[in-house]
Amino acid sequence: MQFVPGLKYRRSYNADPISCWECYNCVKYCPEHAVEVRSYADFVPLGGRVIPLRDTKNNVIYWRVEYRDGTIYEFAFPIRTTPWDSIRPPTEWPERTDLDSEYLSGEPDALGIPELPVPGKGPELLEKATRDVKFPVDPIKRR
Amino acid sequence: MSAINPRTKIVDTDILVVGGGMSGSGATWEAKFWCRGKCKVTVVEKSTLERGGAVAMGLSAINMYMGMRCRENTPEDFVRYVRNEFFGILREDLVYDIARHVDSTVHLFERWGLPIWVDEKTGCYQREGRWQVMIHGESYKPIVGEAARKAADEVYERVMLTHLLLDERVPNRVAGAVGFGVRDGTFYVFRAKAVILTTGGATLIYRPRATGEGLGRVWYAPWASGSGYAMAIMAGAETTSLESRLVVVRFKDGYGPVGAWYLLIKTRSTDLYGEQREPLPQDMMERYKSLYGKYAEAKPTPTTLRVLAVIEDLMKGRAPHLMQTQERLTTQEAINEGFEDFLDMTISQVNVWAGQNIHPQQRPSELMPTEPYIMGSHASPAGMWASGPADIAPPEYRWGPNRMLTVEGLFCAGDICGASGHKFSSGSFTEGRIAGKSAARYVLTQARDYRPTISSDTIERYKEVVFRPMEWYEANKGVTTHSAARVDPWFDINPNYINWFQFMTRLQKIMDEYVAGWSTYYQTNEPLLNRALELLQFLREDFRFVGAANLHELLRVWEFYHRMVVAEAVTRSILARKETRFPGYTIRADYPALDDEKWHVFVNLRYDPRTGNWDVYYRPVIHIID
Ligand SMILES: Cc1cc2nc3c(=O)[nH]c(=O)nc-3n(C[C@H](O)[C@H](O)[C@H](O)COP(=O)(O)OP(=O)(O)OC[C@H]3O[C@@H](n4cnc5c(N)ncnc54)[C@H](O)[C@@H]3O)c2cc1C
Ligand SMILES: Nc1ncnc2c1ncn2[C@@H]1O[C@H](COP(=O)(O)OS(=O)(=O)O)[C@@H](O)[C@H]1O
Repeated sequence: MQFVPGLKYRRSYNADPISCWECYNCVKYCPEHAVEVRSYADFVPLGGRVIPLRDTKNNVIYWRVEYRDGTIYEFAFPIRTTPWDSIRPPTEWPERTDLDSEYLSGEPDALGIPELPVPGKGPELLEKATRDVKFPVDPIKRR
Repeated sequence: MSAINPRTKIVDTDILVVGGGMSGSGATWEAKFWCRGKCKVTVVEKSTLERGGAVAMGLSAINMYMGMRCRENTPEDFVRYVRNEFFGILREDLVYDIARHVDSTVHLFERWGLPIWVDEKTGCYQREGRWQVMIHGESYKPIVGEAARKAADEVYERVMLTHLLLDERVPNRVAGAVGFGVRDGTFYVFRAKAVILTTGGATLIYRPRATGEGLGRVWYAPWASGSGYAMAIMAGAETTSLESRLVVVRFKDGYGPVGAWYLLIKTRSTDLYGEQREPLPQDMMERYKSLYGKYAEAKPTPTTLRVLAVIEDLMKGRAPHLMQTQERLTTQEAINEGFEDFLDMTISQVNVWAGQNIHPQQRPSELMPTEPYIMGSHASPAGMWASGPADIAPPEYRWGPNRMLTVEGLFCAGDICGASGHKFSSGSFTEGRIAGKSAARYVLTQARDYRPTISSDTIERYKEVVFRPMEWYEANKGVTTHSAARVDPWFDINPNYINWFQFMTRLQKIMDEYVAGWSTYYQTNEPLLNRALELLQFLREDFRFVGAANLHELLRVWEFYHRMVVAEAVTRSILARKETRFPGYTIRADYPALDDEKWHVFVNLRYDPRTGNWDVYYRPVIHIID
């Protein structure tokens, strides 16, 4: 992870530090990697740093954790198994006419049991569970 | 209006989804699935669909999943679990309804690209606990938000809604909502046939343990402003179970959650001196059994009792408790799991570790109970009173379409729907879907010919109300003095206005000291509660004198106005339950015992928007699962 080299001043600022949750979205999304978090002064001693790099091409997030005592931990975790912007809108799913039923889109096939349970029926429906889950259309558009 | 002159934008829609978090995304998705070209779905979010809500930074688990396809659990099992968690007080129809649908939501999330851990041997999901599955969840909300964006006809982001509008012809009927663009100051008026409230829970009503610069470091998100509860209450909708505020045990200061530690990594916790606490030792279990009977015997031990164990030790000088992480982080895999848990959903906890040189594989971490939150999606049932599903709800719980509140045309999902907790992220999205289909059915059938009646006088009046804090600031700012210390806006002193920060601290001090905050070890009693109501009345009157220097402050002002409304309802609900039902959440020191004979009921409230009076209703608890 690189910050803008030779940075002597910062142009962006935290508009409301006392309302900040440290969610790190400003850090993850800044295209220049120019945002850094100095953790809450009132209970976090200086010197530690947590730095993310979110790679949406390979769908991995990298973390570098620097301790006050100099220890460094590095981690990488997957973030998504499909390409961004690939979700198919619900209007591209086949239309259904059972507006009056209790079923939601994709059910019951998407549940993996043959019908929607009502109180008392749960155990016997589990007996008929199939493991496969089906959707009326692929929820993702493949390119 | 003189100083500021906002432009007005009027938007007509069929279904208005207020909030674009987990439940709002589910509502938008499902409403559009059924609406197609026949009804218009509009979603309004005060931040963005991509990151808005409690899931903003990600999550590490999905906390509600039956696994019916793998024959793991039935919805009946889940209702029994939640019943014990809430000491018997729950809407079983609502809980069952979410449980029977939730698996199809989780399967859809996986297909959309959410990485859920799979157990290679069984092909089923890797369990954290009986109800939870593990995920690599950093991008949970961007994935779900992408689906909502694809589904909506119109998306309004960075628009904060402040008030619902009631119809001017049909009594007790919602007709739309108003609010403002937090970046450009546009005044928005939405007219709709159905409104679904999905705005999440409420934090910062109580003085947090966090202080100073870290004030925003609360466990539930600081932007959880209780807006949906407040807007519904002001419109005259009935509440339920608001006396059951949520208090949870969290890693100290960073507020890191404990679930993955107890359930996946199987860490144990002790008191400060190393005595066993979680899992609860036999002697404590026996004592809790003698006080709370069968509920204490439940496995797992109900959340409220696990919280009580820490509170008791705080009183005795034996807390914080210690999460003995070093006993279980003996492999690199376990260390990765421990760090990922926090990096995925509470990065601050890793900041605490890094700054304080806490290496979790070497030494334990401190645990503390949080300040109280108002939530209907987690281990507490606080929220609004909703109509149940047509096929399973008893008639007492059915007065309109599924998830409609006691105001015609107004629906809820997620944290906003009460008496049906433990839905978490997946259940909230699922309940959004349920409400979305229900609202679609409603606008396509019984409300098909409805047209909202909202006069232009009303619109102008609300515009003045919404922007008044900015007007008031402009009129009075000439006599503001500042402190020499550069700590704006905390010490902005003016004889005629108070700013949002000053309003917030007054609210939090009242709630903390009188209404069972952490500083009194979560205890209160009737005289304290009545005194709180008196002080809250002054606060309500002083709201007329709150100033906002800019749009950002106006956002904060309305968020804290909503919290104030919720605070009063919470105070009245605690007053109305004369027993201690949830001992780790709220202790009525004047009624310390649980009394199942008299108090196996819901405590509901209604504020009358015409008279300003509050009424209390005790509603029966009807069990539909044996
Ligand atoms: C740190 C943390 C860890 C958690 N861990 C887990 C976990 O591991 N697994 C799990 O399943 N669940 C977990 N949860 C719980 C889960 O996030 C919630 O149950 C769920 O997000 C609730 O959904 P909701 O739709 O009710 O609220 P939210 O998802 O919070 O959505 C509410 C939305 O409404 C918007 N809004 C609010 N007010 C207004 C207004 N006035 N106008 C316009 N928009 C508004 C907000 O900006 C927000 O986007 C966790 C929560 C937190 C905070
Ligand atoms: N000691 C425990 N025993 C059983 N269930 C637990 C325990 N601790 C947490 N849980 C459950 O684990 C899940 C996650 O809980 P938390 O970590 O407390 O909350 S979270 O929402 O921030 O993840 C919830 O379903 C909660 O009920």
